[in-house]
Amino acid sequence: MEQFSFVNAKSEAQAAEVAARSATAQLGATVRYVAGGTNLVDLMKLDVERPKQVVDINALELSQIEPLNGGLRIGALARNSDVANHATVKRDYAVLSEAILSGASPQIRNMATTAGNLVQRTRCPYYRDLAQRCNKREPGSGCDAMEGHNRMLAILGTSEHCIATNPSDQNVALMALEATVQIRGTKGDRTVPLAEFYKLPGTTPHIETVLEPGDLITAVTLPAPRPGTRSGYLKLRDRAAYEFALASAALVLGVSGGRVTHARVAMGGVGTVPWRSREAEEVLMGKPATRETYVQAAEAALKDAKPRSENGFKVELAKRCVVHALTTVSVA
Amino acid sequence: MVADSLLQDEGEMMAKVLDGEKAPVVESQEKETRFSRRSFLTGLGAAGVAVTAQPLMAAVPEAAKQADEEIVAPGTVPLVLNVNGEEHRLNVEPRVALLDCLRENLNLPGTKKGCDHGQCGACTVHVNGRRVLSCMSLAVMHANDEITTIEGLGSPEKMHAMQASFVEHDAYQCGYCTSGQIMSATAMLKENVGPTDDDVRHAMYGNICRCGAYPNIVAAVQAVRRLA
Repeated sequence: MEQFSFVNAKSEAQAAEVAARSATAQLGATVRYVAGGTNLVDLMKLDVERPKQVVDINALELSQIEPLNGGLRIGALARNSDVANHATVKRDYAVLSEAILSGASPQIRNMATTAGNLVQRTRCPYYRDLAQRCNKREPGSGCDAMEGHNRMLAILGTSEHCIATNPSDQNVALMALEATVQIRGTKGDRTVPLAEFYKLPGTTPHIETVLEPGDLITAVTLPAPRPGTRSGYLKLRDRAAYEFALASAALVLGVSGGRVTHARVAMGGVGTVPWRSREAEEVLMGKPATRETYVQAAEAALKDAKPRSENGFKVELAKRCVVHALTTVSVA
Repeated sequence: MVADSLLQDEGEMMAKVLDGEKAPVVESQEKETRFSRRSFLTGLGAAGVAVTAQPLMAAVPEAAKQADEEIVAPGTVPLVLNVNGEEHRLNVEPRVALLDCLRENLNLPGTKKGCDHGQCGACTVHVNGRRVLSCMSLAVMHANDEITTIEGLGSPEKMHAMQASFVEHDAYQCGYCTSGQIMSATAMLKENVGPTDDDVRHAMYGNICRCGAYPNIVAAVQAVRRLA
């Protein structure tokens, strides 16, 4: 790990002021916030992240989980385990609790925070290995994953420059819940719908989010739960625990009189960003809540999939994941 | 005593191997009341230096006199860590992981370094009563925290119930993951975990055991839960 100077932030303003000194908030940032450390410290040990300054934001009062406008405001520093075990989250936003508990380990969930998870980096092995070419880590250097070991990598939202998968479970659930991100910026506060928070890799895979230097995520907010809906998360992976998704599905589904009245479908493990499928939602809306409909929705969700040499199996796996999740949630 | 004669044997062996350079091991005999693998390795390391770097060792007494006054290494910051109920005043580089600080700065080697990347659980400690991975955290982030390591949980003479249960159930083979398993298991007692063996397996999946002692680990944990 390279040397850096350490700042123990006493206020949001102080943290943001230090962070604003970096030329970017994206990959290659010279200033990083640290909260849980579970992702940043790991990447710093690998020399993938080499900040000159690290700002500890743990002392900031940003860990509250509280009601807001009928919905829920989750503080940026709320630990993953506290969110997953929160009574309101379990009752009204089950998909979020299930998604968080399906990821990492109990120890990591005690450390990792809501906002840290939002900006969690890919597990693409080429990104994590300095000996490999990676456009995300070193823009313009090329991508060794394209023809390499890409079994775990993305099939949706990819480009010729990057096929790295977003590894988060939490973010897939937040996508289905239509969460918004509260950001304190150098020019004031702003609210960004999660669906607009992430950027597809395109020609600039090193730019992953809309975050600018000096931005500080303060909270994630969830809208009021929609009456008559159920939610759930299904994660498929190589082993039953402590593993990233090959494919996952987060759903919020309303069924009335045998027909789908509300549908939000998001997928993990297959996209370069937490993947919301409006195509699947359109197929579902108003249709009979049957397996036939669910299969059509899954087909629509994966119709633009672009598999590479080793991850073609994900297309069928993701379809079955969506169908099984829809079936399970609709009869729960 | 067996332990003393072992040490004597090792000391003589070292003396032969090192051609009269017996000082490091004999010194450790005076300080240590028990012979352990760690004290042997530490002695061996010092002896190795003595053989290969005589001039350096000769200079040590001079340096040691100056060391009475505090020497602050460049790039370090002052830090007060509360570990096992004791306050420790340190100067550490910000890039030192909590794990390395515990082991190297505070001489608490019970906490183990396995993968060093948050994937094995061997480095599990308690921070403010919750189980966390000390490898993924910087020491400087814990100035206001209460940290508990396996050394603070119990001692060989007065073991925590979980430690005793691991011994009773032979819940290890090589023992390297054991302190992490025990720290995880004791924290788990306060968490909302179901009653079955499967619930325990699931709650403990963040601690990997390469020897595969899982059945006995589950038995050890369940025995303590039944007591509670």
